Amino acid sequence: MIYLSAEHFVRAPQWTWYILFYFFFAGLAGGSYALATLLRLVGEPRDEGAARLGFYGSFVATLFCPVLLTTDLAASWWKFWHMLINVTPGDQGLNFKYWSPMSVGVWALVVFSVFAAVSAFESFVLDRRDRNAMGDPGRPMGGVLGRAFNIVGGILALLLASYTGVLLSVSNQPIWSDTWMLGGLFLASGLSGSAALIALMTRYRPNAAFSLARLHEADGYFSILELVLLVAFFITIIAAGTAGRTVQFLPLWLLVLVGIGSSLVAARGHMRVRPTGGAAVVARAGTDTLVVSLLVLLGVLALRAAVIFSAQ
Amino acid sequence: MATTITPGESYGFFTDTSICIGCKACEVACKEWNQLQGDSPHFLADSYDNTGQLDAQNWRHVKFIDNVPDQTASAGDGRAWLMMSDVCKHCKHASCMDVCPTGAIIRTEFDTVFIQQDVCNGCRNCVAACPYSVIAMNQTTGTAHKCTLCYDRLQGGLEPACAKACPTQSIKFGPLAELQQAADVRLAALQSQGITQAQLYGRDDTVYGGLNAFFLLMDKPETYGLPNSSNAGLPSRNDVGGYLVGLVTAVLGTIAGIVAFRRRRES
Repeated sequence: MIYLSAEHFVRAPQWTWYILFYFFFAGLAGGSYALATLLRLVGEPRDEGAARLGFYGSFVATLFCPVLLTTDLAASWWKFWHMLINVTPGDQGLNFKYWSPMSVGVWALVVFSVFAAVSAFESFVLDRRDRNAMGDPGRPMGGVLGRAFNIVGGILALLLASYTGVLLSVSNQPIWSDTWMLGGLFLASGLSGSAALIALMTRYRPNAAFSLARLHEADGYFSILELVLLVAFFITIIAAGTAGRTVQFLPLWLLVLVGIGSSLVAARGHMRVRPTGGAAVVARAGTDTLVVSLLVLLGVLALRAAVIFSAQ
Repeated sequence: MATTITPGESYGFFTDTSICIGCKACEVACKEWNQLQGDSPHFLADSYDNTGQLDAQNWRHVKFIDNVPDQTASAGDGRAWLMMSDVCKHCKHASCMDVCPTGAIIRTEFDTVFIQQDVCNGCRNCVAACPYSVIAMNQTTGTAHKCTLCYDRLQGGLEPACAKACPTQSIKFGPLAELQQAADVRLAALQSQGITQAQLYGRDDTVYGGLNAFFLLMDKPETYGLPNSSNAGLPSRNDVGGYLVGLVTAVLGTIAGIVAFRRRRES
């Protein structure tokens, strides 16, 4: 492909630590919401506890996003709202450019925040209602409308988790603009990290333990997807002649592979013990879930760091 | 050359590198007019140029490209330095405008590309997009800076400071159509003298739809750090592909989630 034979004469934008952690939290916020929605809509009633953990995790991760983005603007932080409102004299109004992933992403974050907040609040209300009840969590509120709400939120969540990769590709930077894989790669990685995060949180919520094996199984599938996209990513940047820049960040790439490998090993182990649920499964899985989840989350962060810093 | 400047007409620069002597008068004039303090002095030790690059304090930069042969030059082979007064290209299809999420980057009534400082919020998306490494951040203001093509001078009917100061008229300012004509004449003259490597860069629409600040080069564009026409892509070329891979991943991820979380008979 012609576009892959690019020569680059660009300046690095210095998107560093704030943006790295924004990408990390955006991936977890979107991924956790999407998984929570799936657990609620296609899972067993006993998956509701894990679904609520996902909504909580998504909301907390979402809270970091605007703070990090605004802080990254440095001296112009007070003009963060210019992303949403055009203040150009004679051209005032809402700012939305569908061809600019940054514009799309900011709107996705704003709208998704509402869904994340409402779903977390709903989970909180349901948890209060269930506090004195024994057994499995009660059903979510809202019926068809509630499900539709979760689905729309889930779609926005997937967009939030993936647009950050597209944002990098839609530039003229080496590596970033030499591949189309980053959106998919960040999404697969975000989903994997979110499955690990929710699995980690089940340690603190006994009635969510039923979903633990399912979460590890899902994490395994997402990791396979991530691995395929990672291979495709390297093929494209090798073709572009920019892969050499990644070598200096070899330790980060190795961390990515450790995260993916951990997911796959854990998934294999948990798929042997089919999700019959219960405390016995949790007791066996407790320690390895902690280790695996932390490794996976470290891999999610390492992937973004490796991609961001390799180009700059 | 006195030029009447009329809003609504396209203006630009034609920089003829074959007559640039590297005096840097353009750099100085730009700094003087635009009140740019300049970067702290530093010795780059790679040529006679210590400006280094275009950035927030250097909106004109005379590149000194070392073309001195390793062996002693033979008689008549007097090439030594390629000099080029670099500047924002004010592209017709501008990558910076393409990605700017705030609408801070606009096209003026003179068909030039201008960053509104009061609108820019320092997201640096334009820095990542500009293929010429023109735009840079001013850390004090927290906004993106680059050549304005002396927008304020144009509004006052004055030609840009760099073109006015250039002692060899390497930098010519004027209506784009007139500059293009002049460039064609100059290129033909050089080629008739046997200087076949001379070429125009950005004169036609093969590079970003055409450049309002275009050049006559004495070597291939890559030598000057300019992308050639096959490498001059807008960032938005990756929009569809990037989102498509994201969409496919979203679908596969959703299916994977359904497979993992689906209700199933317990053994």
